[in-house]
Amino acid sequence: MGRLAESFWLNCEIFLLTLLFALPLGLIISFGSMSRWQPLSWFTKTVVWIIRGTPLMLQIIVLFYAPGLLGWGNWWGSGTSGRFSAAVVAFVINYSCYFSEIFRGGIQGVPVGQTEAGQVLGMTKTQIFFKITLLQVIKRILPPMGNEIITLIKDTSLARIIANKEIIMMAQEYSAKGLIWPLFSTGVFFLVFVGTLTLLFMWFEKKLDYFRI
Amino acid sequence: MAILEVENIRKSFGSTEVLKDISFSLEKGHALAVIGSSGSGKTTLLRCLNFLERPDGGVIRVNGDILFDSKDPNTQRESEIRKKRLHFGLVFQAFNLFPQYTVLRNVTLASELLEKERRGEEQATRIANRGIREYALELLDQMGLSDKVELYPHQLSGGQQQRVAIARALALKPDILCFDEPTSALDPELTGEVLRVIRSLAEKKTTMVIVTHEMAFARDVAEYVIFLDDGVIVERGTSQEVITNPQEERTKQFLSRFSQN
Ligand SMILES: Nc1ncnc2c1ncn2[C@@H]1O[C@H](COP(=O)(O)OP(=O)(O)OP(=O)(O)O)[C@@H](O)[C@H]1O
Ligand SMILES: [Mg+2]
Repeated sequence: MGRLAESFWLNCEIFLLTLLFALPLGLIISFGSMSRWQPLSWFTKTVVWIIRGTPLMLQIIVLFYAPGLLGWGNWWGSGTSGRFSAAVVAFVINYSCYFSEIFRGGIQGVPVGQTEAGQVLGMTKTQIFFKITLLQVIKRILPPMGNEIITLIKDTSLARIIANKEIIMMAQEYSAKGLIWPLFSTGVFFLVFVGTLTLLFMWFEKKLDYFRI
Repeated sequence: MAILEVENIRKSFGSTEVLKDISFSLEKGHALAVIGSSGSGKTTLLRCLNFLERPDGGVIRVNGDILFDSKDPNTQRESEIRKKRLHFGLVFQAFNLFPQYTVLRNVTLASELLEKERRGEEQATRIANRGIREYALELLDQMGLSDKVELYPHQLSGGQQQRVAIARALALKPDILCFDEPTSALDPELTGEVLRVIRSLAEKKTTMVIVTHEMAFARDVAEYVIFLDDGVIVERGTSQEVITNPQEERTKQFLSRFSQN
């Protein structure tokens, strides 16, 4: 049980690091795809399309092995920390593209009338963003963000494909030795985690329930 | 002296010329109604006055000061446009209230932000905010919304929302208040309450530019009317002249559509 919990910590680490980097990066990418400068928005949209259009598992493998195979040297160093870094980077790239689409939808969903009303009332661009748009964007993106983040914790198991000892890999090793309960415990770990996230998001949505958009 | 002078305003979107050489002026305390069929450029005209669109040509003067001159880049600096906007208020067809704020906060927000910018110091701001709040409550009372100040926009009817939007625009004490079809998004039974409020503003000598499809209302409330067709002022005059007794064929045609229903 202790070993399982330990390996689940790896899943949690990937989860937390991905959120930490992919949320801001996703926001930047969303600005890129909304850019009025066509080459930038076109480029960004193509990257997002490729990342979203291919399996995360493939991206992890490519990112881990490609530098070596292409003779660019060893990017990831050796041992577990290299495998872990490669997995996190792949997750960050993949999820920032998904998040960017959510941000884009949220930002573009705010009617222009809101911005124009602020402008006409003499507000600055910054004031309009922080005082008017931001909260409406947050309210809009909360449900899809919740879904995506719940998918993320379950996706963290894909890190095993480059031999990161995450919880499902551990549980599988136990079951190969004839034990069944680690598989069930693993399920419980995920259920508790997802359950907590679900409650958190429900609470958050409730907090913003006082207004309609 | 005229409070608002608009000279030779032109505006194109791509290759379509939406406003062609628009000129008019308006005396302080008077109301001007702008009528015309869909697509004639009425909204674009108001958006130019409020600096939401930049005219391709022409001059806009308020109180004799040049706010915009297409030939003088100094009048088009982004940093000053924000201040110049405050001469005008705009009430949108779709209200555009801020959904996350109460009725009262919708009305006070912009004034408070401006006040903070102007003074900076905490103490002075707090005293000023009290004044802003009192003025907002007074305006909301005039709009007949005293009992709604703590509600959120979605809890109000369309007519009530539009009256909040009017109070919000008035809170900044604009020289000229513009309305873009303020009742077009409302159910017929709710237009009356909004028109009544605008009528009371006219009685208090508020300078207004009103785009409307309510001909009887335009005739009763506005001193002057201009009829816009295809980006050109086809006819102008007192409301009696233009609406009751139009001279131009196109104006007659346009107005006949209203008298039938
Ligand atoms: N941002 C824009 N880009 C391109 N064309 C525009 C834009 N805004 C307005 N137009 C065009 O300009 C013309 C005038 O539009 P405007 O909205 O000013 O008309 P309107 O008189 O307000 O009509 P309505 O009574 O339907 O509100 C229309 O043909 C419209 O399609
Ligand atoms: Mg219009």
